[in-house]
Amino acid sequence: MKNLSQDEAKRICDKVLSLSKGDQCEVNITGSRKGNIRYARNAVSTAGLIEDTQLTVSVAFGKKQGIASINEFDDKSLEKAVRRAEDLARLAPENPEFMSTPTKQEYKASQTFFQKTADIDPEFRAQVAAYSIENSKKNKLVAAGFFTDSTQFTTIANSNGVFGYQQDTGLDFTVTVRTEDGRGSGWVKRSVGDVSKFDAREASNVAIEKALKSVDAKALEPGRYTVILEPAATSDLLGYMFSGFDARQADEGRSFLSKKGGGNRMGEKLFDEQVNVWADPWDKDVAVLPWDGQNMLARERMDIIKGGKVANLDYSRFWAQKQGKRAVGSPGNIIMAGTNKSTQELIANTKKGVLVTRTWYIRMVDPQSVLLTGLTRDGTFYIENGKIKHPIKNFRFNESPVTMLNNIEELGRPEILAGDESQYQLLIPAMRVRDFNFTSLSDAV
Amino acid sequence: MERRSFLKIGAAAGGSLLIPVFGNAIAAEELLNPMAVQFKKSLADAAMNAATKAGASYCDVRIGRYLNQFVTTRDLNVENIVNTESSGVGVRVIANGAYGFCSTNVMTPDSVAAAARQAVAIARANARLQTEPVVLAPVKGVGEVAWATQFKKDWRIVPIKEKAEMLIAANKAGLDAGASFMSSNLFQVNQQKYFASTDGSYIDQDIHRLWAPLTATAVDKATNRFRTRDGLSSPTSMGYEFFDAKESNKIKAAGNVTTLYKGAYDLIEDARAAGRQAREKLTAKTVEPGKYDLVLSPEHLFLTIHESVGHATELDRVLGYEANYAGTSFATLDKWKSKNFKYGSDLVNIVADKTTPGSLGCVGYDDEGVASKRWDLIRNGILVNYQATRDQAAIIGEKESHGCSYADSWSSVQFQRMPNVSLEAGKKPLTPDDMVKDIKKGIYILGRGSYSIDQQRYNFQFGGQLYFEIKNGKITNQLEDVAYQSNTQEFWNACSALCDERDWRMGGSFFDGKGQPSQVSAVSHGSPTTRFNGINVINTARKIG
Repeated sequence: MKNLSQDEAKRICDKVLSLSKGDQCEVNITGSRKGNIRYARNAVSTAGLIEDTQLTVSVAFGKKQGIASINEFDDKSLEKAVRRAEDLARLAPENPEFMSTPTKQEYKASQTFFQKTADIDPEFRAQVAAYSIENSKKNKLVAAGFFTDSTQFTTIANSNGVFGYQQDTGLDFTVTVRTEDGRGSGWVKRSVGDVSKFDAREASNVAIEKALKSVDAKALEPGRYTVILEPAATSDLLGYMFSGFDARQADEGRSFLSKKGGGNRMGEKLFDEQVNVWADPWDKDVAVLPWDGQNMLARERMDIIKGGKVANLDYSRFWAQKQGKRAVGSPGNIIMAGTNKSTQELIANTKKGVLVTRTWYIRMVDPQSVLLTGLTRDGTFYIENGKIKHPIKNFRFNESPVTMLNNIEELGRPEILAGDESQYQLLIPAMRVRDFNFTSLSDAV
Repeated sequence: MERRSFLKIGAAAGGSLLIPVFGNAIAAEELLNPMAVQFKKSLADAAMNAATKAGASYCDVRIGRYLNQFVTTRDLNVENIVNTESSGVGVRVIANGAYGFCSTNVMTPDSVAAAARQAVAIARANARLQTEPVVLAPVKGVGEVAWATQFKKDWRIVPIKEKAEMLIAANKAGLDAGASFMSSNLFQVNQQKYFASTDGSYIDQDIHRLWAPLTATAVDKATNRFRTRDGLSSPTSMGYEFFDAKESNKIKAAGNVTTLYKGAYDLIEDARAAGRQAREKLTAKTVEPGKYDLVLSPEHLFLTIHESVGHATELDRVLGYEANYAGTSFATLDKWKSKNFKYGSDLVNIVADKTTPGSLGCVGYDDEGVASKRWDLIRNGILVNYQATRDQAAIIGEKESHGCSYADSWSSVQFQRMPNVSLEAGKKPLTPDDMVKDIKKGIYILGRGSYSIDQQRYNFQFGGQLYFEIKNGKITNQLEDVAYQSNTQEFWNACSALCDERDWRMGGSFFDGKGQPSQVSAVSHGSPTTRFNGINVINTARKIG
C-alpha cells in the first residue's frame, strides 16, 4: 500500500472517530516503505523492500481503555478495528491513572522529509554495497554491512480535535571491515534523514582505514585512562542516561536523579559546566516529529542540561497533573553542544590517551549510579604526544555516563548519529574525558 | 544478543514499558479459529507451482498466524491489555543458485503466486553477486503432518480478569512484604505455523509460549538508596497450567536462602519473596573484590551459557555472516577441526536440543522442514560441533541439517538461530548444599542480572539477582554490588563440580535478538547448580555527584 496523503489520512481518521461509541477515541496511522541490502564476506546476502501501513484505534469508556489495530482500510475493516477496541475496553479493569485524551494541540511542522532520500532505489542500495565491497577487496579486506532507508508518514487524531500529519525519511548505514586473517577490524556508522549528507565511499573508507590500522594490537594494562570518545562510542551511554531523565522515577526515589529525603535533583549541578544538552524537534540536522506519539502532546525546544545543571525532567501527563507541573511532548532527539574542533585536533592536544571508535554490548550494572559496562570495538588506539602511536587490544569498561560527563576535558565537533539501542536521534560531539575506567582486557577483534 | 529494547521495566529505565509489536490487536473470541489446513495447502501449492514455473530449483512457503496477548501491571493497577494478531505468507526460493525471498499479507492464490515470482526475480538479481551457489543438505519430504506444543490449559481461553487478578495479587504480596513498588507482566504467544516445500513436506505446527516477569523495587529515601529484585521464574513452552505450582514444583535453594521453581511457577509466592529480598538488599554487605569460587544456580547460569556457548557456536557467526552486528566467534573452524580444543574442563558436556518438552526451542520441525533433534556441542570439554542450517551442513561435514532455521514472522526470511543449548548434569550424586560444604571462600549467585560479552565471545561480565557469601563451607550472609568478569575458555575450564540430575532445570530468553533487520527468538538453557573455581569478582558500587 502506498503512503497516504494528508487528505487521505484525514478522511480515514474522521471516519474512525465517527464510528466510535466510546467516551473518547484516539487514532494513529503509520505507513512505511523500507528498503535494505545486507552483505557479508564481500557478497550480498539479502536485499528487500517492506511496505506496511497500520491503523491503531484506542477507545475509552470512563477509565477503561482498549486498543486494536489493523492493516486494512476499507470501511468494514475500519469498523471492525473500532469494535475490537471497544470490546477490549469493556473487558479491561479501570485504570486509576487513566488520563483523558489531550485537547487540540498546535504542531509546528519540522523538516523531516527529504525527497532525495525517498527516491532511493535498489540500484542506489546495490551501489552502496559495491563501494565497500570493491574497496575492501582491493585492500585484501572483508566487508560485512547493512544499508536501510525508509520513507514514512505518521498521522494522529482524537475526539478532541487533535490532528497531525507529517512525512519523514531516514537512512542508516553500518559496515564492519575486517582483515582476512581476522587480526584487524574497522567500523563506521552513518544515520541521517537527508541522503545528500551521506557519502557511502567516504564512510566505507573510514572503516577500511581503521581495519588496516588496527592490525597487531598491543595489550595495555587496564586502568583509568584519558580517552577520546568518538560520538559513536558515547551514543548508547548517553541514551541510557537520558532514558532515565524521568520525573516520576526520580520523585519515587528510584533513580540517580532522586534526592536524599525525597524529590528530585532538578537544578542541581551534576555534570561539568561544559555540558549543555537540549532537545529541539526543529533542529536542521536531527529534526523529529513535532509531537510525542505516546501522548499526542506537542514537543518543544527544551534544555535538558544547562551549564552542567539538570534543566528539565520528563513528566508523563499523569505525573505532571499529580505534581502540579506542565506536561509537554517527550523529546525525540538529544543535542549536545560541542566545538569546531576535529577529532584530529583533540588527538593533537592529548599527551597520553586512548582513542575509542565504538562501544558495544552496553548494559546497566547499577541503576543507582547509572554504572554501565560494555566493551570497545573495531578500532581502539593508543595516543602519545598528540599522535596515534599504535592499535591496542579492546577493553571492557565499567563507567557511569554521569562521571564521564563530569570528567570532560575538551569537546569536539558534533556528529549526527542514532544509537544502536537508544530511541533518540542524536547530535553529539567527540569528547576527551579523563579517568575513564577500563577494568579488563578482551582478546576480541 | 539478549535484547533490552523490548522491555523497559523498572528503575531508571524511564518507567515506560515497550511492548514488541508483532501484529494487529484482535478480540479474544477470534483467537481460537485456526485457518483450515486445506486452505493453507492450496496457498502453498499456488506459490510453489508459480516459483517452479518461473525457474526456481527449490521453494518453501511459510504461512503464519501469530497471536499474542500482553498484560502489564504496575503496583495495584493494570496498565495495558493488548491482543495482537499477524497473518501472512513468506516465500523463499533458490534460482540460479541464489536465494530470493518475498512476503505478502494478502492471502489469496494470486497474491502468493505473485510473491513467489517476485522471489524468483530477486534470486536471479542476487545470483549475479553470488560467489558460490547455495547447496541445501537433503531432507526427505514428510508429507502432511502436524505437531503441537503439549499443554493442559489454553492461555487463550483463560479470562483476562483471572490473569489481571493474579498479577495484581502478586504485586500486592510484594508490596506487603517490603517492596516500595512492584511491576509484573504476562506475555503469551501462539505461533500457528504452516510450512511447505518442494521436497514434499506440508507441516502444520501450533506453538505456545508464556513468560511472567516481575520486578520488586525497595526504596530508602533517608539514605537515597534503592534496590530491585526480579522474579526467579523462566519463560516456558507450556500452557497456563504453568501457574498451578504444587509443592513438588518448589525447590529449596542451597542453605534454604530462597525458593526456586521447576515445571510450574508460584508467581505470588515469588513476588512476596522479591519484595522482602529487595528490602534486604538495601542493607546487605558490599562485596570485597577478589577471586572467589562461584556456585551458580540454573536461574543464573542459563544466560552465561547462552552468551558464552550458545552464540559462540552459531555457525553463521563463525563464518562471518553476522560480523557487522552481533559479531563473529572465537570458536573458529580450525579449533573444531583440531578435535582437541579444550572449551571447558573434562566435566563440561554441552548439548544442543530442540526436543525437550516445555523448552522454548521445542518444536516438531524447523523453518526448513527439518525434524527436531539433539546433538553434542561440547563433549568432555572438547568442542565437537556447531549449530547449522541446511545450507551450512556441508561446511562442517554433516550429511543433514541440525534443524536450526527460524524466522520470527511470516514476513521475515528464515536464518540460523540458536536451539536450546544446555549443560548436562553431573554423573555423581551431589546437591547444592553438598557443593557449598567444600568451599572456603565463595559466592552463591541466583537469578539473571546484568550481562555483557564481547563480539567474539571471549570477555564477559555477569551479575545476578541474589548473592550470598560462602565461608568455610557455610552460607553466611547476603552480598551486594557483585559482578564477575572472566574469559569464556578460562571460565569453562574452571568448572569443577556439577550437581546431579535432580537439580537440573531450565532458564530461558524470550527475546533473543540477531540479524539485520533484527529478529527475535526464544530459547531455553538447562543446567544444574555448578561450581567454578577462582573467578574474578569486582565491586560495582559507585558514588556519583
